[in-house]
Amino acid sequence: MNKVADLVEEPRDGGAIVRLSGHLSIACLHDLPARLDALAGPVAAIDLSEVSHMDTIGAWTVHRTAKRLNCDIVGGDEDSLRLIQTVGTLDEPVSVRPAYVSPWQRVVGQIGEATINAGATLLGLLGFFGSTLVASWNVIRHPSRFRLNAVVQRFEVVGVSALGIIGLMSFLIGIVIAQQGSVQLRQFGMEMLTINLVGRLTFRELGVLMTAIMVAGRSGSAFAAQLGTMKLTEEVDAMRTIGVSPMEALVLPRTLAVVVMMPLLGFYASIMAVIGGGFLCAVSLEIPPITFIQRLREVVPITDLWVGLIKAPVFGVIIALAGCFQGMQVKGNAEEVGMRTTSAVVQAIFLVIVIDAFFAVFFTWLGWN
Amino acid sequence: MAPEEEIAIEEARVDEAVERDSIAISVRGLKNSFGDQVVHQGLDLDVRKGEILGVVGGSGTGKSVLMRSIIGLQTPDEGEVHVFGESMIGRLDDEALAIRKRWGVLFQGGALFSTLTVAENVEVPIREYYPNIGAQLRDEIAAYKIRMTGLPAEAGPKYPAELSGGMKKRAGLARALALDPDLLFLDEPTAGLDPIGAASFDEQTRKLQQTLGLTVFLITHDLDTLFSICDRVAVLADGKVIAVGTIDELLATDHPWIQEYFNGPRGRAATAAVARESGKRADPPSDGRQ
Repeated sequence: MNKVADLVEEPRDGGAIVRLSGHLSIACLHDLPARLDALAGPVAAIDLSEVSHMDTIGAWTVHRTAKRLNCDIVGGDEDSLRLIQTVGTLDEPVSVRPAYVSPWQRVVGQIGEATINAGATLLGLLGFFGSTLVASWNVIRHPSRFRLNAVVQRFEVVGVSALGIIGLMSFLIGIVIAQQGSVQLRQFGMEMLTINLVGRLTFRELGVLMTAIMVAGRSGSAFAAQLGTMKLTEEVDAMRTIGVSPMEALVLPRTLAVVVMMPLLGFYASIMAVIGGGFLCAVSLEIPPITFIQRLREVVPITDLWVGLIKAPVFGVIIALAGCFQGMQVKGNAEEVGMRTTSAVVQAIFLVIVIDAFFAVFFTWLGWN
Repeated sequence: MAPEEEIAIEEARVDEAVERDSIAISVRGLKNSFGDQVVHQGLDLDVRKGEILGVVGGSGTGKSVLMRSIIGLQTPDEGEVHVFGESMIGRLDDEALAIRKRWGVLFQGGALFSTLTVAENVEVPIREYYPNIGAQLRDEIAAYKIRMTGLPAEAGPKYPAELSGGMKKRAGLARALALDPDLLFLDEPTAGLDPIGAASFDEQTRKLQQTLGLTVFLITHDLDTLFSICDRVAVLADGKVIAVGTIDELLATDHPWIQEYFNGPRGRAATAAVARESGKRADPPSDGRQ
């Protein structure tokens, strides 16, 4: 079936005749379009009498050449002429890509857009926090509307299922802090201070902070994806029409679960990190566990524990709100679920660290050093 | 032997084969199953060149699976599938390439590449298979393909997310037609379109089929589509094709499902609509492009 398209140019008085032959179809065109483009003219006519087969791409090639050289098309059979006429009627410029925007304009535009988005997100998040408070108040006034089952189920998903990974992560972080700390402190002959380092750092900061990051990655993202999918499948709208408030049925149980679970997980993470630090001290610094614990009780003030535990539920609120808020913003297509899930995690972790910095200043001001 | 003669003999051989075999797709003894669930069992089907074959069947009778088996997205458990006389089962991707270039597929949701504009979507197959076509000509080809499916010129630089459902389908059709295929697969092309959009899509399909001499394999639930543009209809039930023929022929059979399908309230409405418009469509089906 393959017959390569070819052309012969016959010079005549008053313009050449271009004779095309072979199959004018996409598979057989090869370099014919380029050769036709190279024709300078004047050309009187394009002769198709030796063309055995033509598809629309061949027809288009003939049409554009005839148009450019302003010549006649002769000798084609009925089908070919019909095709050429059909594609001719469709001849209208169509741009392939959106209009070009200069990089400068684009960058400025993107910065502006990002700023507006950031502001809108922050406002939206505040508004969402407000709606959650209103929903909580409604549930407090009508305790029968409280969904205990939903909350308990979330406890398991957010808390119990996370114990393994959070425990392992904290244990390893404890080891890393003790190991790195002891290397530095050895230079001053103060290896015993490793215990201070591990104890104070984990209870005050790292235990809760690392837990928050892990919960944001595990549960915050899951909330965004779940609610986003429910928005897409119009489950959320169905709920509203039946008279169930999505804030009460979906957002409140999740928020409550994270708020309750965060201090517990944070405390558990701190303990696991201390065990990790103690393990390294015993193995590598030859500090027996008894000494480690005794020393820990002397150097870690109880306020360190409070600092960690006060921060935990606040982080929990931020993670749950960011997840649920982004999930509820999904509209349109499935692609957006992925995008919103990413934003939920990024926002949650970012806001947690910002609030953590405020807390650090605040507790120092309180004198809880 | 001179190359000219070789080509002549080759062509004669092919022409003879084409004449002998006016079947575009032939499916024999197809079996498909997912776990315990058997979708097809001993399914036979022939699609003739130059016809629009409608494929109907209740939900879950494996219409889409049949299409996927033919185009090689699903390897059947048993059976033979021939497209243009070439077996499609167990073929390596690059062996089947010559056949792949000869068909275009419109998936249910359009399946446009979301990071590319409509025009760039249409250019993908051309770019992939025929890199010798220059960028300028490629843009022009994409342009007339887009116009050919009834999209406005403004749709070219738009991204799929900015299009309505009907426009996505048309853009998908433009991409399916990019290489001037001989064979077109349409999976529920009018599902989710409003009646006006659906009717104009049907008309466009018919017009393209006649202009380009296409063979169309059309899966549909839309009775209006069946009545207005299909030359023959194949009915899928119980894992097989229980009947193939024109709608009149199908109505003459006494299979209860077929009777219910075409003589139900919707079927009767569609029949009535066709009867009213029968004067408007008297074109015989095109018999290929030669």
